[in-house]
Amino acid sequence: MAAHHDRKQSGETVRDFLKSQEEKSTLRFLTCGSVDDGKSTLIGRLLYDTKLIFEDQLASLEADSRKHGTTGKEVDLALLVDGLEAEREQGITIDVAYRFFATPSRRFIVADTPGHEQYTRNMATGASTADLAIVLVDACQGILTQTRRHSFIASSLGIRHIILAVNKMDLVDFDQAVFEEIEAGYREFAEELEFASVSAIPISARHGDNVTTPSVNMDWYHGPSLLSKLETVEVSADEAGQPLRFPVQIVSRPNSDFRGFSGTIASGHAAVGDNVIVAKSGKPAKIAKIIAHGEETESAAKGDAVTLVLDSDIEVSRGNMLVSPDNRPDVADQFMANVVWFDEQALLPGRSYILRTECDQSNATVTELKYRVDINSFSHEAAKSLEMNEIGVCNISTQSPIVFDGYAENRNTGAFILIDRITNATAGAGMIVHPLRRASNVHWQALDVNKHARSELKQQKPVVLWFTGLSGSGKSTIANLLEKKLHVANRHTTILDGDNVRHGLNRDLGFTDEDRVENIRRVGEVAKLMVDAGLIAIVSFISPFRAERRMVREMLGEGEFVEVFIDTPFEECVKRDPKGLYARAIKGEIKNFTGVDSPYEIPERADLHLKTLNRSPEELADELEAWLKERGYC
Amino acid sequence: MLSRESHLRRLEAESIHIFREVAATFSNPVMLYSIGKDSSVMLRLAMKAFYPAKPPFPFLHVDTTWKFREMIEFRDRMASELGFGLLVHINEDGVRDGINPFDHGSNTHTHIMKTLALRQALDEHGFDAAFGGARRDEEKSRAKERIFSFRNANHGWDPKNQRPEMWKIYNTRVAKGESIRVFPLSNWTELDVWQYIMLEDIPIVPLYFAKKRTVVERDGMLVLKDDERMTLLANEEMEERRVRFRTLGCYPLTGAIESDADTLDGIVSEMLTAKTSERQGRAIDRDEAGSMEKKKREGYF
Ligand SMILES: Nc1nc2c(ncn2[C@@H]2O[C@H](COP(=O)(O)OP(=O)(O)O)[C@@H](O)[C@H]2O)c(=O)[nH]1
Repeated sequence: MAAHHDRKQSGETVRDFLKSQEEKSTLRFLTCGSVDDGKSTLIGRLLYDTKLIFEDQLASLEADSRKHGTTGKEVDLALLVDGLEAEREQGITIDVAYRFFATPSRRFIVADTPGHEQYTRNMATGASTADLAIVLVDACQGILTQTRRHSFIASSLGIRHIILAVNKMDLVDFDQAVFEEIEAGYREFAEELEFASVSAIPISARHGDNVTTPSVNMDWYHGPSLLSKLETVEVSADEAGQPLRFPVQIVSRPNSDFRGFSGTIASGHAAVGDNVIVAKSGKPAKIAKIIAHGEETESAAKGDAVTLVLDSDIEVSRGNMLVSPDNRPDVADQFMANVVWFDEQALLPGRSYILRTECDQSNATVTELKYRVDINSFSHEAAKSLEMNEIGVCNISTQSPIVFDGYAENRNTGAFILIDRITNATAGAGMIVHPLRRASNVHWQALDVNKHARSELKQQKPVVLWFTGLSGSGKSTIANLLEKKLHVANRHTTILDGDNVRHGLNRDLGFTDEDRVENIRRVGEVAKLMVDAGLIAIVSFISPFRAERRMVREMLGEGEFVEVFIDTPFEECVKRDPKGLYARAIKGEIKNFTGVDSPYEIPERADLHLKTLNRSPEELADELEAWLKERGYC
Repeated sequence: MLSRESHLRRLEAESIHIFREVAATFSNPVMLYSIGKDSSVMLRLAMKAFYPAKPPFPFLHVDTTWKFREMIEFRDRMASELGFGLLVHINEDGVRDGINPFDHGSNTHTHIMKTLALRQALDEHGFDAAFGGARRDEEKSRAKERIFSFRNANHGWDPKNQRPEMWKIYNTRVAKGESIRVFPLSNWTELDVWQYIMLEDIPIVPLYFAKKRTVVERDGMLVLKDDERMTLLANEEMEERRVRFRTLGCYPLTGAIESDADTLDGIVSEMLTAKTSERQGRAIDRDEAGSMEKKKREGYF
């Protein structure tokens, strides 16, 4: 009998007792199975038999049993764990509950997860942090769709150990044949799921058979009780020798003398003096200091929340990772992943989501839904979307590269969630299989890569921002500032600048009217290619003639040409004269200079008219950025 | 010294991770400091999480004006010793209306002076994340609470619409006006909390330790008459008993237990042989079944 497990024995001092508590390992497991298979009853039984239930809880349980219970006069153990009022009314568990209990050899954290189909996401939630799953099967019903679904989810989420608990054996006269048939059926389909171990145990949660004590009703069963199996199962995978993964959570910079990187070690080991690599930049550094729980220490390992100080001043920010030099993670913006979908709004390829890893975040799109898994047959089916509670395999593309390992190698660095951009709901969860090589991706895209596909990937609307205005009006300054702002906002941009283009592509052109037209025509064509590439192209050209500006507008599609008039009075330009050109033109040293001896045709219907007098270039760039945002360009 | 593998070090690391995650992703977080043992543990964890820097958020105490005097003294001492920014909020409307636990009952008092007061404070400062000390082992509805628990713009909690919480990947996104309650001690048990206090030598309010105190028995609860606002009824009598408190709150609503435990060892030892769960001392829970869940939906912590 497992009584008084975590009670102090007489004669033992409190401190000795606590020490013995401390040395126990912790097993995290979850219970899953169909509605009414008896999960709540089982957990209630475990808590009850390990005496974790206090008298006042028992009193309220007895009162509750009379009101909501399904067990007649007996105490209904399920009510111990079915916490929420809504659940009590419906009589089903609708959410994950975490419970704690202990025996002399282990501590346990149990995730009680619901069996009802619409709540599959909660099961995935519980499974994500569990090492073992108890799959409950009602002996009267045998293996159900839910049993297969839950086993599949458990396997997808990296659970390696299963206890198949065949419950309600009392209702089938403790019949060995019933148990063996269910066990055989389970083992057959579970084979594909590649668990490291599957143990089958016949139980009666309600009456306690084989839960914490061997059953007198089933002498044909010689295996361990459920609790002793939980106490002894070896779950720690071979973690020694795993490479260092340290996702940077937050940069600590209390003063100019200290810069540390705080985070939790996802795998491996770190010691002062170790060489590490900054995953995204590939730059090397050495660990100079490790701070753990408020003091300096020599080394740290998986699971420790530490702050690392490096020996050099290299750039590292949240979302980056410090890793072993000789075993590096993938850094990529395209990968294949298993995805479990939670949201009522189906996952759609091409739609943009926010992808979150433990410390990093990026915009992401599903570029291809390869298949959906039929959880009955585990077969692959073609699909155009993933509905709530479905599981599928997708290719995903992120706006910027993220650092990851395959989920099979590392549950901490191989996982992500997808967040709906509008509702902020956690819409799905993913387990990365492997990165996609560019080539295989190009292969897929070869069919229909067009302007739309390219810009979709960049999550922006491609456009030419055509800056026109006198020399010295501020076009380049504002263009540069705007580009910086867009860049910081993760927009993909390019700048075509009059002076620069004239040094290369248009080297052969002069300043005659014909040459000016040809100059603009070529730049227009280049800008068009940029828009085809999905970019926001900022063109800053004096472009004095209305006709040429209209020509470019007509080369581009609706909404792809935005004419921005940088309006600075001629006198002001002459006064600024940043390159000394006006002085020379006025003296006659430069011919055909716009505004001096060549006309500037003021735009009649510019999309944006920016008067620069009394306004700073920053203000103007801000105004432009806001204008673009408002119209959904970025 | 604890080994790295130790259970408490694991819990500590998990909590520190949560503190850092909030600091890194929210623009205006706050820690709710309720002065009790759980808050004391949270305070220590917050100090550790950012060391050598200070926690990058203020601490907020919602003062119902009925807390034990020793709690307030302790609070002010901790704030000056550790140098954290302490905000104290009192629902002045409640004070003006003379809301008190005797005339208005524990439910109304708690609702106005605690739940509403907390909402006022959160709205006033525009906090988008608030740390609380709740643990999953405390009470049935809390066992289901997420670590990052989403609240709508009215501070309401919808138990049917919680965000799935996978791995250590937290969805920290909120729209304007919405907020998140964060519970870094979710996976700690009461025993873990005491053990950690012992191990780390964390100062706690002396009311937790047994001592001869003058109490009065009312509705089966031993109440410590902490000031003149409480008047004795005709049949009541003050008596000296050796008592301590398992939880701390408003003094008229918090029952003492008879005990000889005047050291941490004593407290833990008593706890290990206890037959009643922690919340029993709180009047608020016994009002009706599911009362805690109801309060939480309304924004009680
Ligand atoms: N006869 C019998 N009934 C059981 C057993 N285990 C659970 N039950 C009953 O099955 C019903 C559903 O149990 P519950 O624990 O609420 O299932 P859950 O939905 O999986 O949490 C309740 O009426 C239980 O009393 C068992 O071993 N034998």
